[in-house]
Amino acid sequence: MSIHDFKGAVFTRDLSRSFKGREVLGGVTLDIPRGQFVALLGESGSGKTTLLRALAGLDDDADHGGTYSVPQSVSVLFQDSRLLPWLSVIDNLTLGLRHDRAVPEAQAMLEAVGIGDKARVWPGTLSGGQKQRAALARSLLRSPDLLLADEPFGALDALTRLKMHALLFRLVERRRPTVILVTHDVDEALLLADRILVLRDGAIAEDHAVPLSHPRRTSHPEFEHLRLRLLASLGVETNLV
Amino acid sequence: MNDMSSERIEAMVIRKDRPAPQRPPMLAPGKLPRGTRLLGPLLVVVLWEAASRFGLLSPYTLAAPSTAVATGISMIADGSLLPHLAASAGRAYAGLFLGVVAGLVLALAAGLTRTGEALLDGLVQVKRAIPTLALIPLVILWLGIGEVMKVFLIFTAVLVPVYINTHAALRGIDMGHVELARTLGLTRAEFIRKVALPGALPGFFVSLRLAVTLCWTSLVVLELINTQTGIGYLMNRARDWGQTDIIVVGIFIYAVLGLLSDAVVRVIEARALSWRRSIGS
Repeated sequence: MSIHDFKGAVFTRDLSRSFKGREVLGGVTLDIPRGQFVALLGESGSGKTTLLRALAGLDDDADHGGTYSVPQSVSVLFQDSRLLPWLSVIDNLTLGLRHDRAVPEAQAMLEAVGIGDKARVWPGTLSGGQKQRAALARSLLRSPDLLLADEPFGALDALTRLKMHALLFRLVERRRPTVILVTHDVDEALLLADRILVLRDGAIAEDHAVPLSHPRRTSHPEFEHLRLRLLASLGVETNLV
Repeated sequence: MNDMSSERIEAMVIRKDRPAPQRPPMLAPGKLPRGTRLLGPLLVVVLWEAASRFGLLSPYTLAAPSTAVATGISMIADGSLLPHLAASAGRAYAGLFLGVVAGLVLALAAGLTRTGEALLDGLVQVKRAIPTLALIPLVILWLGIGEVMKVFLIFTAVLVPVYINTHAALRGIDMGHVELARTLGLTRAEFIRKVALPGALPGFFVSLRLAVTLCWTSLVVLELINTQTGIGYLMNRARDWGQTDIIVVGIFIYAVLGLLSDAVVRVIEARALSWRRSIGS
């Protein structure tokens, strides 16, 4: 099958990336159908972020191998919100948008993420959670076919993170873009994803479907079962405490 | 059970009687109250005035500050100061304007294009290593001994710090912001206008604060050459006649102009960078 026959959203064949001779990603082959929510789990240094950056086209400094294909419209959600401090929140959202509906749409998106009253303030006045809400609004405003999220909630406190999970899920349900979420958090992956990939040493080591319906409960036996399996494959002993 | 609770109450009572817990030492100095920064300069002026009054400082060595202020006021009154101030300001600000514009243009060219950096950065670094005053003989040969030569030398002196700071700010742009701009599909023009330039603005203002005082520093020497106007000329003539009060007037003018220029730039800076107040405040 060539790239042109592929009807899914994301396609990689033997994708490899190395930095100064050190291989970080070694031959990742992957097919992701449209609208699938994929969580990418792995220990630090397993190549999760490298895979995500490769799909985002943000790795000019790496040596490339293999092929990949992604949709036309891709949005990236970074761990740090990357709002430009010298632009108001709404100007950050509309940055690079050239159509004249950009401002009302951005305002509506800010309402949707719950910070409609923050449109005209400097990003520096927002809390960490509000910044990430604005960043989420910015990436979804572009109606992407693929959303690449690199530990977007990693720097947030536990309570804010739970709220953001619900928010992300609700917003993604609306238009169902394909999502690849890089995370360290097994619960986050199990709450949100249709499919969980575990990366180890730069290759996909495990590929799990998550056969749970929404809304998901952490107390569900299947949730707990998958949770223990995933933690074990990430090298976490769960009976220590 | 009863014993335990009574013990606990006793412990609380004892603790209440103890002195307040000792707070760890502050270590870092606290914030300075407003205006206290003027304390040092004021103290120097008071000591200087006292030394003059008690005869420790001869007026031939250094005039008293009060004498200099009186001289300054009488020079303003008889119209012998302002034409010199205007002549100096004309030279300084013409050089400042040209230097800021050229420094900015060169910094943008070197900071935003690789060709620009390859061609320009080395040249400006070489210029930086050469003292402005060392160029005087050559520039006199090229441009003569008139006004053009003076403005040109101030221009070249101002250009360097404007270039260095603005260029450094452009090169030090947050790579995260560059990546963001790429993923948002910004054009190069949009990137420069919305990301690179606003990001470099703080560095440019640092350079502007250096430049507004620097443009005055070369004047004293430059106004030795073929001119009958300017604060520098006034001070040098006063030296010939042993008028230390006029020399001190000139020094005061430089100090006041320097402080005022800096204050003006700070006000503009605070307006242009109002977003900064929201960070870490």
